[in-house]
Amino acid sequence: MEWSPTVVAELAPIIANSAIGEEYRHLVVGCGGTALKARPGQFFQLLCPSSGGEQPFLRRPMSVYAADPIQGSLEFFYKVSGRGTRGLASLKVGDVLDVMGPLGAGFTLPATLRHIVVVGRGAGLATLAPLAKEASAQAISVTAILSARRPDHLFSARLFQSHGAEIIALTDQESTSGPANVERILRRLILEGRCDALYTCGSSRLLRVQQRLAREFDIPGQVAMEQQMACGLGLCFCCVKEFNVGGKIVHRRVCWEGPVFDMKEALP
Amino acid sequence: VTNLSVQVGGLSLSNPVMPASGTFAEGLHKAIDFDRLGAFVTKTITRELRAGNPLPRVVESAGGLINSIGIPSKGVAHFLENTLANFAQFAPPLVVSISAPTAEEFAKLAADVTQPGVAAIEANISCPNIEEDGKAFAMRAESTAAVVRHLRAATSLPLWVKLTPNTGDMPEVGRAAEEAGADALVVANTILAMAIDLQTFKPCLGNVMGGLSGPAIKPIVLRQVYQCSRAVKIPVIGCGGISNTEDAVEYMLAGASAVQVGTATFVQPAAMISIIDGLNEFCRRREIANVSDLTGAVINEESDDPDLAWVAPPQ
Repeated sequence: MEWSPTVVAELAPIIANSAIGEEYRHLVVGCGGTALKARPGQFFQLLCPSSGGEQPFLRRPMSVYAADPIQGSLEFFYKVSGRGTRGLASLKVGDVLDVMGPLGAGFTLPATLRHIVVVGRGAGLATLAPLAKEASAQAISVTAILSARRPDHLFSARLFQSHGAEIIALTDQESTSGPANVERILRRLILEGRCDALYTCGSSRLLRVQQRLAREFDIPGQVAMEQQMACGLGLCFCCVKEFNVGGKIVHRRVCWEGPVFDMKEALP
Repeated sequence: VTNLSVQVGGLSLSNPVMPASGTFAEGLHKAIDFDRLGAFVTKTITRELRAGNPLPRVVESAGGLINSIGIPSKGVAHFLENTLANFAQFAPPLVVSISAPTAEEFAKLAADVTQPGVAAIEANISCPNIEEDGKAFAMRAESTAAVVRHLRAATSLPLWVKLTPNTGDMPEVGRAAEEAGADALVVANTILAMAIDLQTFKPCLGNVMGGLSGPAIKPIVLRQVYQCSRAVKIPVIGCGGISNTEDAVEYMLAGASAVQVGTATFVQPAAMISIIDGLNEFCRRREIANVSDLTGAVINEESDDPDLAWVAPPQ
C-alpha cells in the first residue's frame, strides 16, 4: 500500500492578515489539498516568525476558523497575546508562513442530530465557527450562544448567521454573559427540544454549566480544549490533561486524543 | 548512488538516521513514511505505570527547549501487547528504550523485552539510580559498569547504552559501558537545565529542572561524541541538537556511526526524511561512496594519539 501523508508542513502564502477590533486578527493563507481536508475542531501548528526579538522555537497551535478547498484557503482567527501571535501579526500579504496540519481529533456531528447548541466564548468562538458550515451541510439546525466581553468581539456571529444559525449574543458589557443566564437559556432550549447535543469552547465556567445540564438531561456534548504544546502529533506528552473516565482519572494528550473531547469526561 | 547503509552495534541499518527516544510515536506516521527510517526507537518503557511529571512539562529556550516529561509509561505489558504489534508492519528494526531504578530491575526489564520483533535494546541509564541517591547511573563509570553488566547478562539482543552529557567523565563512562558488554553508545541525553518565570518568580517547569535539547546543545554533544568515539571501539550514535543534514554530517565526521534526531521533529515533522535525502545528496556531491566513510573522518592532525584526544585542551 502506497503511503501518503495526512499531515503536511508547507510554506503557505499570506492572502490576508487583518485586524478585527483591537485585539483579534483574521489570517488567511493559501494551502495545498492535504491541509484543506481540515475538519471542524482540528488545528494547525504555525511556525510563527520573530516579532523583533527572538524567534519562537516551537510552533504554536491554532484552531481552524475555516478551510475552503475550492478557494484553496485556510483561515485562522487569533488574539495577539504572546511572542508567537505578535510574530503572526507582523505577517504581510506576500509573506509565507510555515503551517503544519491538519492535526488532532475534531468535532463529530452524528447524522442523527437535528438541533445542536454551540456555546462559545472569546477566542473559542473561532474554534466553533467551522461547525456552522458543517451543520448546515447536514441540515442540522444550530443555536449559537456566543459570549464575549464586548459586542464587537462577537466576531463569528455573522458567519454563524450566514449559515442560518440562530444567534444568542451575550456580553460582559451588557451583563448577559454570566453562567446563570447561560443556564437559563440552555434550560429553555432543552425543554423546547432544540438541544440534541452541546458543543463548546473557550470558557471553563460555561463548560461546568453545560456538564451539569448534559448529565441532568443525558445530552451528548463535546468540548475543544487548549493546552501548551510542543510536537502536535502525540509524540512528546507535554500537553496532557486529566479526564474523569468512569470515576478514574486518566491523562490524555490534547494534541492527539483531542483537542475535542467528550464534555462529560473533561475536568474544567 | 550513495550506499547509505551502516552497521551499528549489532544491527544493519538501511541508513544512519533514526528518532531519539521520547520524540517518536505512531502519530508521526501521519507526516512521514516510516519505512524510510534507519530504525525506530521507542519512548522509554518502564515496568510500572507512570503518570509523568506535573505541568508545565516543556519550556522554550534560546535555540531549543527544556523538558521534564517524567517518562509517562503504560508499563511493559502494554508495550508487549500493543506497541510491538503496531510496529511489526514496518521494515526498520525496532529499538526499545528501557529504564529502571536499579541494576537488577534494569536486567529484569531487558529480559522481558527480549522478544521477537525487538531488534535491540537502548538502555536509558541517564535516569536516576535510587541506589545512589538518585544520581544517574551514567554519571560514574562504576555505576555504569554495574548496570551494563547486569543488562548484558539478561539479554542476547544488541545492547545500546545511552549516556548522559551531565557527567564530566564521559569517555571513562563510555569505556566502562564497552568493557561491561555494550554493543554501542548513544551520546547523549539532554543537558540538565532550568528556567524561571519573571512574572511569577516560579520555575517554568512543574518539576523545577529539566533537560535542554535542540540546536543549543549541538556543539557540546558533538564534542562528547568526538571524545567518546576515540575512547571506545564500539560504534557511537550521535544525539544532540541535530536538525539538518549539515548537523548529521558533522556528527558523523566527529565519530558517530549513526544519528538520532529528536527535538527537530517537533518543529519539522519530516526532519529525519530531509536528513536522509540530504546525506545522500551530500555524499553524491562530495563523491563519497558510502555514508559510513564519513564516520570519524574529521581531520585533526594534532590528536593522532587517542589518549591525548580526550584530555582537556591546554589552558
